[in-house]
Amino acid sequence: MRTEVSTYQMRYQMTAGDHGSPIQLLSPDGERHPNEHFDHYLDDVDGESGAQTLASLYEDMVVARRIDAEGTALQRQGQLGLWPPFVGQEAAQIGSAHAIGADDFIFPSYREIGVAYVRGASLPDLVRQWRGNAHSGWDPFALNMAPSQVVIGAQTLHAVGYAMGVLFDGAETAAVTYFGDGATSQGDVNESMVFAASYQAPVVFFCQNNHWAISEPVGLQAHVPIARRAPGFGIPSARVDGNDVLACLAVTREALERAHSGNGPSYIEAVTYRMGPHTTADDPTRYRDPNELEDWKERDPIARFEAYLGGLGLLDDELRSRVAAKADAVAAELREATIHMPDPAPGSLFEHVYAGPHSVLDRQRDQFERYHGGISSATLVEGGH
Amino acid sequence: MIEQNPLVQMTFAKALNAGLRRAMERDPRVVLMGEDIGKLGGVFRVTDALQKDFGAHRVIDTPLAESGIMGTAIGMAYRGYRPIVEIQFDGFLYPAFDQIVSQVAKLHFRSLGRVKVPITVRIPFGGGIGSPEHHSESPEAYFVHTAGLRVISPSNPQDAYAMIQEAVASDDPVVFLEPKRRYHDKGDVDTSVGLDGPGGLAMGSARVASEGRDVTLVAYGPLVKTCLDAAIAASDEGVSVEVIDLRSLSPIDYATLETSVRKTGRLVIAHEASRTGGLGAEIAASIAERCFYYLEHAPVRVTGFDIPYPYSKLEFYHLPDLDRILDGVDRVLGRPNSLSGTEEGE
Repeated sequence: MRTEVSTYQMRYQMTAGDHGSPIQLLSPDGERHPNEHFDHYLDDVDGESGAQTLASLYEDMVVARRIDAEGTALQRQGQLGLWPPFVGQEAAQIGSAHAIGADDFIFPSYREIGVAYVRGASLPDLVRQWRGNAHSGWDPFALNMAPSQVVIGAQTLHAVGYAMGVLFDGAETAAVTYFGDGATSQGDVNESMVFAASYQAPVVFFCQNNHWAISEPVGLQAHVPIARRAPGFGIPSARVDGNDVLACLAVTREALERAHSGNGPSYIEAVTYRMGPHTTADDPTRYRDPNELEDWKERDPIARFEAYLGGLGLLDDELRSRVAAKADAVAAELREATIHMPDPAPGSLFEHVYAGPHSVLDRQRDQFERYHGGISSATLVEGGH
Repeated sequence: MIEQNPLVQMTFAKALNAGLRRAMERDPRVVLMGEDIGKLGGVFRVTDALQKDFGAHRVIDTPLAESGIMGTAIGMAYRGYRPIVEIQFDGFLYPAFDQIVSQVAKLHFRSLGRVKVPITVRIPFGGGIGSPEHHSESPEAYFVHTAGLRVISPSNPQDAYAMIQEAVASDDPVVFLEPKRRYHDKGDVDTSVGLDGPGGLAMGSARVASEGRDVTLVAYGPLVKTCLDAAIAASDEGVSVEVIDLRSLSPIDYATLETSVRKTGRLVIAHEASRTGGLGAEIAASIAERCFYYLEHAPVRVTGFDIPYPYSKLEFYHLPDLDRILDGVDRVLGRPNSLSGTEEGE
């Protein structure tokens, strides 16, 4: 029995994540590999305004990492209840987000804070839910990005439904959904692939395989590279180096081109690594080999991109200091906004439960107000709005 | 000569861990299934070290799919296993809801009793720990409303230790609701109580947690402690409150409730879950049917509001606290306060 168990463990720890060569345009030391197919999607990177495009990718990755570090610090200082770090996943998030058009609609999980930043979410809106002030931040229709999703994988079906609507409207936009390696086990995610293929919906599945679902290694979810699942549903897929921002950009652009031109869904597995804990409530030292983290630090997405920029002669003091100043400013603004974020008014508990009046709930609200009017108002939290 | 077992002080979570360990030692067909329950020991550490001691074939880290966990647990039960399924947080159980309601609950009935489904579904439930959304739900009414399931909730380490073992030993499926905000509460545990000893079994019976004459105050899980605190505060004002810890939500031990209400004539029910269609409604109606002529006042419910569980900054406005429970006690005594008369339709 013991032997069987160890075989079983060995099997699931060895598989998925190491098979197949992911698409890579930048090697870990920052060397660019020409790619006949995908270079076609990087005209703006390689063209005349290339320096600007590259600087913008670089800035967003550095600022995103800084936002993430600030989020963790704010949680440690009691300003946030929880924070889900995405450090290590900047290339996957920033590269893909730069490929998505303003008219496309994004359905994220809870960890796509870098994507939301690129999308133009205000800094307080990035932390509102983690501070416990609201269940969501940004206006979904202002950003064309749904609120972050905590229920694992549920958003993938929403993306496919949105894409079905796009299709039935004869529109030319697409939906993009983000999820993790753990989510690929959920029924919802698999059902969403069935629907996407069935209707040939214009949707891009963007799976960030960061190797860990809290304490569970990706091999427990999949015995083959995750990207290989999609073809079984009739969806073309690509496995991309998720720490290579150019590869993530190019592969996402290809997938969106397919969606926008009426050629149906695509599936991308971005192979990356969760360098931090699952959330600030998690302690990865209980389950993760520290050497693994060290190995992945060698493949750091920002260091790789810096090496590439350096090789092109673009990483000068001007760019470095401008990006560092921007990151400082964003971090300071995020901190200020968080610390001074007013608490929600107690009565807001009853707002937005229904779009219209509701006789039973309206009565409960009246009772709530009478009760709190009847006790010392000094014990009430100061209302923010 | 009976050896006296010394009381051991442990946290609620540790008591569950000890109870699970005992259940696994007693029966080799008992297996644990869930997300992150192995090496990590669960996000609340309830299964800490069990995989190390019993092996990965008995403490099974599952793929991240709640419907999958529940459905495969049913298959394991067909093979004679007694699976204990951990749902990581209350809000994540709904993908498994179909398997629980349509399959787990009905299999014994539809197989004419031929297939036993001795599955225990452990669910950390309730709020008060400052979590993001989907981490603080009180889903008990869904399960109480579902025939075929037993639903129980311990409120203290002693009951946690005994009741988890009884749940596992039950041939019926048991939804086992663990009040997550009490995981770190400490209490004395007599490890001879329960299946190992002559002590009475806890699972099916309500417990008079604190005796009183004037008001019967019924709670379960996380609010039992709050109600006990309320009883102490009430006694300072000369009001004697009898606190009943239900322990079993399905079936409810109405004999114990009736005895109490016949004595006090006044009933208050407190729970975190929303009011409409909640357990308070069921208990109020049943006690009205059974003890109508003993009641001095309409039963009073002190509950969460009929809203989605709120963001953490406001959760303590939603959760019944000591003041709101005392307010309910005042109302059932006919004492005027801010909410008096609102039940009667003012």
